[in-house]
Amino acid sequence: MSATQLPDLSELDAHMLSRVAESIYWMSRYVERAENVARFIDVNLQLMLDDPSGEGQQWLPLVNTTGDHDEFKKRYGTATQQNVIHFLTFDAENPNSILSCVRSARENARTVREIISSEMWLQLNKFYLMVNGAAEDNSRALANPHEFFTDVRNANHLFNGITAATMTHGEPWHFFHMGRMLERADKTSRILDVKYFILLRSVQDIGTPFDDIQWAAMLRSASAFEMYRKRHGRISPRGVVEFLLLDREFPRAIHFSLLAARDSLHAISGTPLGTFRYPAEKLLGQLCSDLSYAAVDEIVNAGLHEYLDDLQDKMNQVGADIHETFFALKTPKTSKRSMQEQRQ
Amino acid sequence: MRFLDYNVDEFFDEMFGEDGRPRSSARTLVRNIECLPDGELLNRQKAAERALLQMGITFNVYGENAGTEKIFPFDLVPRIVPAAEWSRIEKGLKQRIHALNLFINDLYHDQKILKDGIIPAEIILSSKAFRKQCMGFNPPRGIWCHVTGTDLVRHSDGNIYVLEDNLRCPSGVSYVLENRAVMKSMFPQVFAQSKIRPVANYPSRLRDMLEFLAPDGVTSPRCVLLTPGIYNSAYFEHSFLAQQMGIELVEGRDLVIDDGYVCMRTTKGFERVDVIYRRLDDDFLDPKCFRPDSMLGVPGLMEVYQKGNVALANAPGGGVADDKVVYAYVPRIVKYYLGEDIILPNVPTYICSEPDDLKYVVEHIDQLVVKAANESGGYGMLVGPHSTKEQCAEFAEKVQANPRNYIAQPTLALSRVPTVVDGHFEGRHVDLRPYILYGKEIFVMPGGLTRVALKKGSLVVNSSQGGGSKDTWVLADSPITEPDDFNSPPAPPTLAGAAA
Repeated sequence: MSATQLPDLSELDAHMLSRVAESIYWMSRYVERAENVARFIDVNLQLMLDDPSGEGQQWLPLVNTTGDHDEFKKRYGTATQQNVIHFLTFDAENPNSILSCVRSARENARTVREIISSEMWLQLNKFYLMVNGAAEDNSRALANPHEFFTDVRNANHLFNGITAATMTHGEPWHFFHMGRMLERADKTSRILDVKYFILLRSVQDIGTPFDDIQWAAMLRSASAFEMYRKRHGRISPRGVVEFLLLDREFPRAIHFSLLAARDSLHAISGTPLGTFRYPAEKLLGQLCSDLSYAAVDEIVNAGLHEYLDDLQDKMNQVGADIHETFFALKTPKTSKRSMQEQRQ
Repeated sequence: MRFLDYNVDEFFDEMFGEDGRPRSSARTLVRNIECLPDGELLNRQKAAERALLQMGITFNVYGENAGTEKIFPFDLVPRIVPAAEWSRIEKGLKQRIHALNLFINDLYHDQKILKDGIIPAEIILSSKAFRKQCMGFNPPRGIWCHVTGTDLVRHSDGNIYVLEDNLRCPSGVSYVLENRAVMKSMFPQVFAQSKIRPVANYPSRLRDMLEFLAPDGVTSPRCVLLTPGIYNSAYFEHSFLAQQMGIELVEGRDLVIDDGYVCMRTTKGFERVDVIYRRLDDDFLDPKCFRPDSMLGVPGLMEVYQKGNVALANAPGGGVADDKVVYAYVPRIVKYYLGEDIILPNVPTYICSEPDDLKYVVEHIDQLVVKAANESGGYGMLVGPHSTKEQCAEFAEKVQANPRNYIAQPTLALSRVPTVVDGHFEGRHVDLRPYILYGKEIFVMPGGLTRVALKKGSLVVNSSQGGGSKDTWVLADSPITEPDDFNSPPAPPTLAGAAA
């Protein structure tokens, strides 16, 4: 995509409130996070179902990869399927549980109701009522978690579809899109990481039919199975890593997501692609270039986990830079004259 | 559902006469409701409630967890106001607002009304809402009370009385607009057969009024709505009105003072704001001028306002006329400034700071409604006949400790409207809050919020105290010409001379 294809939103006279931009960005991130936590648990459930020996009942890695390990240990003790699912799904005190994410998304949406379309609000509110209802009586959801997680995924699909179709694709939408894509890149990297933790335990399984089943289950949970087949055919660890990390066209791949986030970032700032004015543009551009020129063998040989860890740190830094540049405006610097010029 | 066993009891009923027959204004509606198949009205009621919940048309309840939301209960049976009656109400409200605006302006300038002894000066000077910071100030276009929501009630004598003037940040108008939208989808045939005056152009009127206030020389003013934030009980309304007007909804932290102007923080830097519709009490508006601990306001806002670089609606200081003690003097205020008798009478009011009145109030507290001068929302009040002896005694002590802060009124037998209760109709007491805008001219919205006390026998209609709402149908006596769409274009300007 050439720089000239991007609309330069910075030239339009009506700019968004920083607070509103931040709320839209987080609303979007939280909804996407809820969906990905659902995918995240689902991948593990599927893996466990395909483990006939039952020996590999590993639930703690899930908690490890969300970074909430200490909190979990303190409140729940030993990890079981039941309590990990509860912690990640309905625990109101865990800020990253699906319930908390949907609540936070809705709270953010409530502060920008006049900016988003009423259809978006209606869908998000229904999503919230659905999850909240399931949390109040969670016996059904826990008895059939796969169905519940499918509902969560579909609710987010619907929300994203409604947003794409009803919200003007201007500055607010780009904040929405950027938030969603950064969140998705981060969470896909964590889904890959879950597999890494499972691998640690079952190194003897590598290359066995059971190992293939595991990779396939993971692809399914990222809605990537059929798309992967079309691209790579045979399932191999190398192929899966390449697909979920480096593919430029699959919409849940990390590379795809970061490119999309970068495009929205530049649409907001008006900086031509390939150049930068803000730290976030610099770092995100570097990340995209890295992924463009990365070879999967090098990554796997050097250690996938280490690579993903580093990637996650950098993506966090991009988030922090976005906050500094667009949301955390502190003191007026513009002179009266430049302000009056802006008003014309 | 039928009205067969409906009983008006000893109250004035807005829909049925004493003989039990529907009033002429209500006949079309009664016929339509009675023709509905069994259960249909209840189905529609449930559908309406579900729609309100899914749309998140809720309010927050203070005293419960922050963010606890409830739907404002909504009843499908509307209150109907005949054209002739409305025309009198409209005249009365215009007269009242006109006089109150002159009154506020006088208080902050020469205080003639105090010098002439019409109102004891200490009543004004001791009012919490009297802001000496506003002395000598001339608000844009001379207007202090831009948005008013006056509470009206009908007593069993059939007369309409003014119960309260809400001149600070009256809320509820969003429910009027949403209730009407729901009713139009529930009873399209009744709307087609009746001449019900539309209310939907209120947001456009409000925006016009705000733009009218813009500082001189600003041709396309930037108006914003300032909200205390998401935990305010009226947050939904703030967001709704901003959306309907197409203006920015801002919180105090979005605004900053730069070089004598109010600016808002955008993703591309600071941009100037010209008019602020503030839904924040005076106290919280500017920590440099009013309460220093306010986290919700904008430090330095009042200075910019007093320089004329930003307009505020409603004007700070205007709340002085909304004091419940000052209320008792409104008939005299109207007479003083306009030389006219008041059209809409006050409810007779005992002023506790007057010794005779205080004595009467303490002795008869079990028969009276006692209100704190500076509270709203049904807080800080006592309904004597519905309270225990202990509650009455406790309140009597409070009144004696601080008589200036209380007024008392006889307990009115508020009129009733049939309301769906457990699958049939029962009479429930209502009041009515029309909304008045003071811009280029005074505009009274044809309708308003009918609040209904859903508890049997209750007279407290506030949403925080178990009240609900109904749509209010003001009937037109001539064909309706006003637009009734949120987005309909404004009416073309009248040609000069054509009006002659």
